[in-house]
Amino acid sequence: MAALNELTLAEARDGLRRGDFTSVELTQACLAAVEAARGLNAFTTVTSGRALTMARESDARRRAGTIGKIEGLPIAVKDLFAVQGVPTTACSHILDGFKPTYESTVTANLWREGGVMIGKTNMDEFAMGSSNETSHYGPVVNPWRRPGDNRPLVPGGSSGGSASAVAARLVPGATGTDTGGSIRQPAAFTGIVGLKPTYGRCSRWGIVAFASSLDQAGPMARTVRDAAILLGAMAGFDGKDSTSVEAPVPDYEQALTGDVRGLTIGIPAEYRVEGMPAEIAALWEQGIAWLEQHGAQVTEIRLPHTKYALPAYYIVAPAEASSNLARYDGVRFGLRVAGENLDQLYENTRAQGFGREVRRRILIGTYVLSAGYYDAYYLKAQQVRTLIAEDFRKAFATVDAILTPTTPTAAFAQQERLSDPIAMYLNDVLTVPANMAGIPGLSVPAGVSKEGLPLGLQVLGKPFDEATVLRVGHTIEQAARASLAPTPWWRS
Amino acid sequence: MSGIVHGVTGDWEIVIGLEVHAQVIASAKLFSGAATAFGAAPNSQVSLVDAALPGMLPVINRRCVEQAIRTGLGLKAQINRHSVFDRKNYFYADSPAGYQISQYKQPIVGRGTIQIDLPDGSVREVGITRLHLEQDAGKSLHDQHPDSSYVDLNRAGIALMEIVSEPDLRSPEEAGAYLRKLRAILRYLGTCDGDMEKGSMRADVNVSVRRPGDPYGTRCEIKNVNSIRFVQQAIEVEAARQVAVIEDGGKVEQETRLFDARKGETRPMRNKEEAHDYRYFPDPDLLPLTFSQEWVEEIKRSLPELPDEKKARFARDYGLAPYDAGVLVDERATADFFEAVAEGRDAKQAANWVMGDLFGALNKAGTDIGHSPVSAEHLGQLLDLMADGTISGRIAKDVFVAMFETGKAPAAIVEEKGLRQVTDSGAIAAVVDQVIAQNPDKVAEYRSGKDKLFGFFVGQAMKASGGKANPQAVNQLLREKLKG
Amino acid sequence: MSLDKATVARIAKLARIAVPESELESLAGELSGILTWIEQLNEVNTSGVEPMTSAVAMTLRMREDRVTDGGDPEKVLANAPERTDTFFVVPKVVE
Ligand SMILES: [Mg+2]
Ligand SMILES: [Zn+2]
Repeated sequence: MAALNELTLAEARDGLRRGDFTSVELTQACLAAVEAARGLNAFTTVTSGRALTMARESDARRRAGTIGKIEGLPIAVKDLFAVQGVPTTACSHILDGFKPTYESTVTANLWREGGVMIGKTNMDEFAMGSSNETSHYGPVVNPWRRPGDNRPLVPGGSSGGSASAVAARLVPGATGTDTGGSIRQPAAFTGIVGLKPTYGRCSRWGIVAFASSLDQAGPMARTVRDAAILLGAMAGFDGKDSTSVEAPVPDYEQALTGDVRGLTIGIPAEYRVEGMPAEIAALWEQGIAWLEQHGAQVTEIRLPHTKYALPAYYIVAPAEASSNLARYDGVRFGLRVAGENLDQLYENTRAQGFGREVRRRILIGTYVLSAGYYDAYYLKAQQVRTLIAEDFRKAFATVDAILTPTTPTAAFAQQERLSDPIAMYLNDVLTVPANMAGIPGLSVPAGVSKEGLPLGLQVLGKPFDEATVLRVGHTIEQAARASLAPTPWWRS
Repeated sequence: MSGIVHGVTGDWEIVIGLEVHAQVIASAKLFSGAATAFGAAPNSQVSLVDAALPGMLPVINRRCVEQAIRTGLGLKAQINRHSVFDRKNYFYADSPAGYQISQYKQPIVGRGTIQIDLPDGSVREVGITRLHLEQDAGKSLHDQHPDSSYVDLNRAGIALMEIVSEPDLRSPEEAGAYLRKLRAILRYLGTCDGDMEKGSMRADVNVSVRRPGDPYGTRCEIKNVNSIRFVQQAIEVEAARQVAVIEDGGKVEQETRLFDARKGETRPMRNKEEAHDYRYFPDPDLLPLTFSQEWVEEIKRSLPELPDEKKARFARDYGLAPYDAGVLVDERATADFFEAVAEGRDAKQAANWVMGDLFGALNKAGTDIGHSPVSAEHLGQLLDLMADGTISGRIAKDVFVAMFETGKAPAAIVEEKGLRQVTDSGAIAAVVDQVIAQNPDKVAEYRSGKDKLFGFFVGQAMKASGGKANPQAVNQLLREKLKG
Repeated sequence: MSLDKATVARIAKLARIAVPESELESLAGELSGILTWIEQLNEVNTSGVEPMTSAVAMTLRMREDRVTDGGDPEKVLANAPERTDTFFVVPKVVE
């Protein structure tokens, strides 16, 4: 039998049900794997004591016969979610020492459903980045390497720690957040499944805000089934979030029928972005073929404003961030760097507390909102956003889901794109439109590059129709069956 | 005080617009569940939302929205069933999130109007530009420590209505009348207690001057003035300052100023070196605020009679002079008190007693009608005792003083002190005879045609009866007996 | 769009981020590059298009006027870098 930490979420759940092992044993296996994989730098905090306590309590609940949806299953939490009493830093120096006195709604839901908290995962600072190189706690390493090449690759970002932890089989599941692709792009880079739900599906309460109108929490796991299980435990209406939607959460696992007959899948020509490598295009063709073989109808669609999603995003997201991050001022929590007066205290704290990329985006955001520029930038971007949403609305009048690649390339080496912000931003060119429109998007591993690195396909769906997205993703996953486990070179 | 500044070079007209911040009456804050009570221990009425901890989100309080709609209806204003909350971005110790949630381009209430009552009895319409909902800021204490300020966020996040007037006011008096009327309307509606001392109503005053008939001049905004008297003083000194600047060949700079009541001057705020750039944009944590016309209608049906309508009714139904009616409706409690006294009685007499004796006594005692020791019921009974001849008007004044001191019913005081009016004609005749007997000279003068002396005899008779004799009976008997 | 040093200094001041004079030039270059790239949006005709106000099609939910929070200053001040009693403390602010 595989080591317990290598089980998928569903396998572990079933093993616990059968009594093959206890949550304590499972948790210990994960903690040991985490310990052995320090080199990946996937975690910022490992909460071993809390994990074992929660596991023991879970085993007791199981004996008493009261079990939740993810009872006894170890989960890692992106460091953007407030967990009561545990350092929550958004991987920023400015949140040094911050321990929330409150629990985010999503993590509270997880613990209520029996989840076991393993620790906090590393990420790009304030979720701003696509390579996990902007973290105050150092870069995360992708468990995958190019064959015969030991140079560390990036896991993608911003949920890079969660992606690496799941891909390296340290934990069966983790939470991520996705503002422009921060779940899907690292999922694709590390060969796992990542789902950005519909905006409003998961509560944002207690999650450090990056760009409020785009941020959405979602699951990261090894299989589509696992993502479905985890989403079911995370999602739900929350009265504390004005943008949370009062809609029932379906049983997503039941949606995985393996049957896509009768579904129409749209293929947007505009996603064939300039310079897309042939292997990505080929993977996409392969995905189309799989769906057709399983009885889905495939049709070309037009999403004419796709090209403008990324530049519009780089107005909307920094603008919202510049305002959301104003609260980090050294007065009520976190880092304080002294100054001669209050303004200098603010300026010193924020200059030293924020990293380069965060400062850059705050400045861009401040500029595009400033007097005289609002209409030309922010208003324009929000108008473009309406057009993007309209494109999707029209498309979904005729199709049930949309298939695209997740990323224009496979994982790249550390440092490779750090010096060129726009090259870095282009990582998200295929994922950003879903955030701009608020629709759900799933990345599912579908193959490997010629260098042997994982590649993902993206399934986009109608608002609140995560079930169809998961069903289509599941079919691709079953068809791909690619051998997508990296060689465990990192084990010490 | 007047609306004209007499400069060296001629007359100048003052142009005034007011922005009033009125604290909404509600139990909880605009976007959090923390309490709004006044005077709590520092930071004891603060939610993590108010303190802007990471990940905290706003959820709007229905009551605050209802209060804004209610106020809008009271100002006969346009209610916008679609409005938007924006972030006003600025750094300040009192502003925990680094932005204030406010409404900028699309406020909940649009154009309306307020009628102001001027001392000469005339009425003027003042335009309301808009009313919007926004969060209050926290409070810093600067006098507790030599080089630190202490921050208390209890007030942070309390709902305010910012009510902006058109530049329609032309004198300090008009500004005062506007604020009094606005306060009266808010109190009638129960949407703001109007207590300027506690800061639940604060005014920003925009002042400019111009030659009569010219376009508007450059205005200055005087921030956060916290009493009607200070608003009037601030306008006066600011207008004089601006005229002096212009007449000296200078230019009025558009700026924000503070009013120093002790020195009786306005001065520029210190942190003006950086022009504000608030970078307003729609708050992405909130959706546009929309509500149904049915809700608006329901609120409309629950509105009380407002001061202007009440004033018109008082003038019409009770025959009161417009100014008197205006005074009586100023406070809802006064109007209610008056109506309870006037009910089934002589309304003008009731009005005189309320505005004269009662207001005088309350003023002297430093209290208000809500705490009056004389109830409306008792004052009404006093009027009844006069009407049925139990006491005279003069005795009634004494009875009122005793009522105010003791809180007792007038009948009890009359009994206790034996103040019942003497109507027995035998007893009165005796008094009259006595007065005639004691003043033979005056009687002779009267009888020789000096009619004016009649009043003297009435006075003497009343005095001799200890004021208790029925004046009509005294009159009648005196006339008979003086004929000789 | 090309930003000059003065503009960068102004927005840095607005954002309350200290930027040393020596870094203004390179920062101006970086930001200008990003803004220039963003300006491809000008190709899109947006006349008459409503700006998006929310990614979800719903109206603002309202809560009841009940006191459900506050009453625990320690919870609010738990992470304060500097405090006195139950006040946050900042360098003296002069009006
Ligand atoms: Mg104002
Ligand atoms: Zn205001």
